[in-house]
Amino acid sequence: MKVNGEFIPASEGLTVNKLLEQQGYQINRIAVEVNHEIVPKGQYSTHMLHDDDVIEIVCFMGGG
Amino acid sequence: MLHITCNGKPLEVSNGAMLQSTARKQLPNVSVVILNGFQTTDELQLHDGDSITVIEKGAMPPQDVLEHMMAARHTPHVHERMKQACVGIAGLGGLGSNIAAMLARTGVGHLVLADFDTVEPSNLNRQNYFVSHLGMTKTDATAKLLHEINPFITIETHTVRIDSSNAVELFSGCDIVCEAFDNPDCKAELVSTLLSETEHIRIVAGSGMAGYGSCNEIVTKKRMTRLYVCGDEKTAAANGVGLMAPRVSVCAGHQANMVLRLLLDIETP
Repeated sequence: MKVNGEFIPASEGLTVNKLLEQQGYQINRIAVEVNHEIVPKGQYSTHMLHDDDVIEIVCFMGGG
Repeated sequence: MLHITCNGKPLEVSNGAMLQSTARKQLPNVSVVILNGFQTTDELQLHDGDSITVIEKGAMPPQDVLEHMMAARHTPHVHERMKQACVGIAGLGGLGSNIAAMLARTGVGHLVLADFDTVEPSNLNRQNYFVSHLGMTKTDATAKLLHEINPFITIETHTVRIDSSNAVELFSGCDIVCEAFDNPDCKAELVSTLLSETEHIRIVAGSGMAGYGSCNEIVTKKRMTRLYVCGDEKTAAANGVGLMAPRVSVCAGHQANMVLRLLLDIETP
């Protein structure tokens, strides 16, 4: 699967939540899109990821 | 005969009519002549469909002509598109207060402004407020300023804290929403909520504009189907890293320009 433009191997049973943990993201500061569909925050632990998924993770920086 | 418009009103001039002499005929004390968005002192031949604007400096025009004059330096046909648009601004701090002023100048017809906060002294280093606004709600202060900038737009204000429970209700009438919060958790919550709970809203967000690193690192990217992100995406406000007017304003300019582009059906950042 592709995460922010880079290919990484998809492991069995990988959820959005687990991917975010693996990649070291702070869950409250991000938005996630899988295959051009936003994943609601409440579905991070149930949304399963698969081979060929295209995932975009935007992590917001403080300040404005 | 040529059919042109002068100060927004139809005007017939003879074939071969020239710009400057037509301008002087319409307004003897003319000091500014604008042809199709471009101010010029050249004597040029007029063509069918041209739009000219003639302005006398120091003279207050009637209301119906003022709006046309204010948009005279826009690229032709931009004003009509902007006038129909509805854009939301979530947060009226360094990003939002500056975006609001730019969109008002651009003539965006309807603005929905939301912020819970009041103007305090540490805001003045980067936010578009004056000492006279201290203690006012940011919604009231911005609405007052925007009315001075462009009295021909409608402004809806909501003095509330925006979160996942009210974001859709506040902004459902908007074509585009600018995310302009300070707090990163609030940024993420707004973006996730509006993208997952609405079908149509596009978001132009700001992320990474603290400090005084090169402004050339601040860019606009299309990060998701309906999400554009402006900023360097790395420089967070932090202990020892402040928020300064130049980079915050540059980021606000990126956001306002992306809004303008989207309203003109240009989807590339």
